[in-house]
Amino acid sequence: MNTMAKVEHTEHHGPAAGLTRWLYTTNHKDIGTLYLWFSFAMFLTGGCMALMIRAELFQPGLQLIQPEFFNQMTTMHGLIMVFGAVMPAFVGLANWMLPMMVGAPDMALPRMNNWSFWILPFAFAMMLSTLFMEGGAPNFGWTFYAPLSTTYAPPSVTYFIFAVHMMGISSIMGAINIIATILNMRAPGMTMMKLPLFVWTWLITAFLLIAVMPVLAGVVTMMLMDIHFGTSFFNAAGGGDPVLFQHIFWFFGHPEVYIMILPAFGIVSEIIPTFARKRLFGYSSMVYATSSIAFLSFIVWVHHMFTVGLPLMGELFFMYATMLIAVPTGVKVFNWVATMFRGSMTFETPMLFAIAFVVLFTIGGFSGLMLAIAPADFQYHDTYFVVAHFHYVLVPGAVFAIMAGVYYWLPKWTGHYYPETMGKVHFWCSFIGVNLTFFPMHFIGLAGMPRRIPDYALQFADFNMVASIGAFIFGFSQLIFLVLIIKTIRGGSPATSEVWDEPHGLEWTIPSPAPYHTFSTPPEVK
Amino acid sequence: MSHETYYVPAQSRWPILASIALFLLAYGAGTLINGLKTQTGGTGLVLLLSGAFMMSLILIGWFRHVINESMDGKYSPQADLSFRWGMSWFIFSEVMFFIAFFGALFYVRTLAVPWLGGEGEKGVSNMLWQGFEAQWPLLTTPDMEKFPGATAVIDPWHLPLINTAILISSSFTITLAHHALKAGRRKAIVLWHGLTILLGIIFLSFQIMEYVEAYQELGLTLHSGIYGATFFMLTGFHGLHVTLGTLMLIIIWLRVLKGHFTPENHFGFEAVAWYWHFVDVVWVGLFLFVYVF
Repeated sequence: MNTMAKVEHTEHHGPAAGLTRWLYTTNHKDIGTLYLWFSFAMFLTGGCMALMIRAELFQPGLQLIQPEFFNQMTTMHGLIMVFGAVMPAFVGLANWMLPMMVGAPDMALPRMNNWSFWILPFAFAMMLSTLFMEGGAPNFGWTFYAPLSTTYAPPSVTYFIFAVHMMGISSIMGAINIIATILNMRAPGMTMMKLPLFVWTWLITAFLLIAVMPVLAGVVTMMLMDIHFGTSFFNAAGGGDPVLFQHIFWFFGHPEVYIMILPAFGIVSEIIPTFARKRLFGYSSMVYATSSIAFLSFIVWVHHMFTVGLPLMGELFFMYATMLIAVPTGVKVFNWVATMFRGSMTFETPMLFAIAFVVLFTIGGFSGLMLAIAPADFQYHDTYFVVAHFHYVLVPGAVFAIMAGVYYWLPKWTGHYYPETMGKVHFWCSFIGVNLTFFPMHFIGLAGMPRRIPDYALQFADFNMVASIGAFIFGFSQLIFLVLIIKTIRGGSPATSEVWDEPHGLEWTIPSPAPYHTFSTPPEVK
Repeated sequence: MSHETYYVPAQSRWPILASIALFLLAYGAGTLINGLKTQTGGTGLVLLLSGAFMMSLILIGWFRHVINESMDGKYSPQADLSFRWGMSWFIFSEVMFFIAFFGALFYVRTLAVPWLGGEGEKGVSNMLWQGFEAQWPLLTTPDMEKFPGATAVIDPWHLPLINTAILISSSFTITLAHHALKAGRRKAIVLWHGLTILLGIIFLSFQIMEYVEAYQELGLTLHSGIYGATFFMLTGFHGLHVTLGTLMLIIIWLRVLKGHFTPENHFGFEAVAWYWHFVDVVWVGLFLFVYVF
């Protein structure tokens, strides 16, 4: 044996000491951890902004913050939660789990993996620094419609544009890495139709990311040119059209909302079979349903703009195309329920979050169907009904799935079981808080309360008070989550390599905590 | 020496340094652009330039690192495939970037401008600028004071046609270079590859001549309404990509001269050739939809 090669090999076996481990790392587990902590920090930051919004809306009239600052809060809350909390959390889970699930030694392109992460803190530092700039932070809503975001924007919009560019670069590189890992790093025998569903959903999500993040880069570049270099993309005086902005933005934006939900589908499809002690019902239909949803996501974007003034054919096409999405989504919900049907179910914290996901995401899906009906949307558009709809799919949808995934895999990462009672307390507080916050918004929205306004008419007062109380319950119960994670990292009863009761997947064949390097030689998959 | 296991690189400083450089670039660009009107972008320029300088050094260092690893035979065929997937999906993301601008072009041509001119289902928007007539290329804008329009557009059958021929030929020359590389005929590689670079540079100089003509003689500018906006953004971003492609070709040419590539193992060459074909295809789209039709 070549001893030199052996020395070289052992040299990078364990993690490096100190801060440089995290700065220079090429290890998918380290990078996954970085993504997850970053996402949690952004979740709390964006959450504080949400609480400021809810505090102002606790009562009608203006009490705490000025309308200008309120606008900055709604904008920054949306941007931070979408690009800083939900997306990085999923990428973190992908980093941790994909190589272990497909039997790979690491991600396909480990150095680029580190770069994808480290761009993010800089991008968000720049984004948050706009809060302290002259004219304030971006105040035009997270959808940054022109001309609000061009002609009438604060000067900080320029930094916002470059921050979006940085996030885009990070996302595209991350997605390329994930696709290359899934397509090229699978262990022998791990055929595509044997891939765990979390891997499948991430493969499709990564495709969506590569397809639409450049379109987002394109649209913010057009904004930059309109603001500073005299072009007229979004100005009708020069032959352009403000509606063009909405078309390009939503061509990005609609696949983007699936980017935030498909990995959640994957996580839930991993968890439910484990705790129902049955194989997932309808594996291949799950794969085809996910692909159909991804395809449809490219031809429905106009349903966000039904009231902007469109030809009738446009309204009709996009209404029917949108409703079609209910079919593959229904397949998925049916499969999750069918998996639980006559299973030997137990209700540990990951399962509680997963079941809550199925129920509450379905509520969000149904309100989405209501919004898809173009004539009805003229009533619902820009009301709290829309806010209720997308928060139902994003908070008890995407965020609950992320939490479910963290509880499910935390023993594998840390080698300790988390305190189960504490997890259940976190779940029930979150569950009650979320529903108190967002369910009343359906009613005030249908009654006509507009979104993004710091004041409201008296008849909405009671429901708004309930929503604000719920928001504070939900917000502060996340501190339980934080404490629980720190406790589990520091100690707890040691986890077995299987962790749960006969779960399926390669990640459960390696010890807990997972060694720093896993599957240096690929396992054989039967 | 070939490794059976996948090469997972050790810790690396390049990514964090590149993140800092990117931040300087972005923050500097923001400060510079925001200060343009008040002439206060000085700090921005300094940040931008230092970011650019730092990024260039990092790119050189990082790529040198990768090249050395490759020359040491650390990359298995599996790692080679990872690079291939990476480059393919990167090019796909570039295609989608151009699709955003092509989409904007098609939308204003077929919907927005006709509506402003009173045609079609949303023709009511003609009430904004009554008497405005839809035309493409749009020379008379709805508001000629804000966006003064252009006197004429570039004639597709002169420089653009020559440029089309140049770029398409360059796709052939790079393919000939690739065949020569696979056959191990060194002189032919150096020649065909060098010719490709030359064609790229000629293309770029013609583009510059065209821009000068547009600005000085035709009044066709970024400011001249939506035709100028789409024209310059599409051809401009294409030109930037050709510039980047030419730079990459030059670097690969130098690597050819240094004898870095073997007939079996030359992914660096192939990646740049793919990229070159991509800018070529985008140009064909531009020639058809921006210049001709």
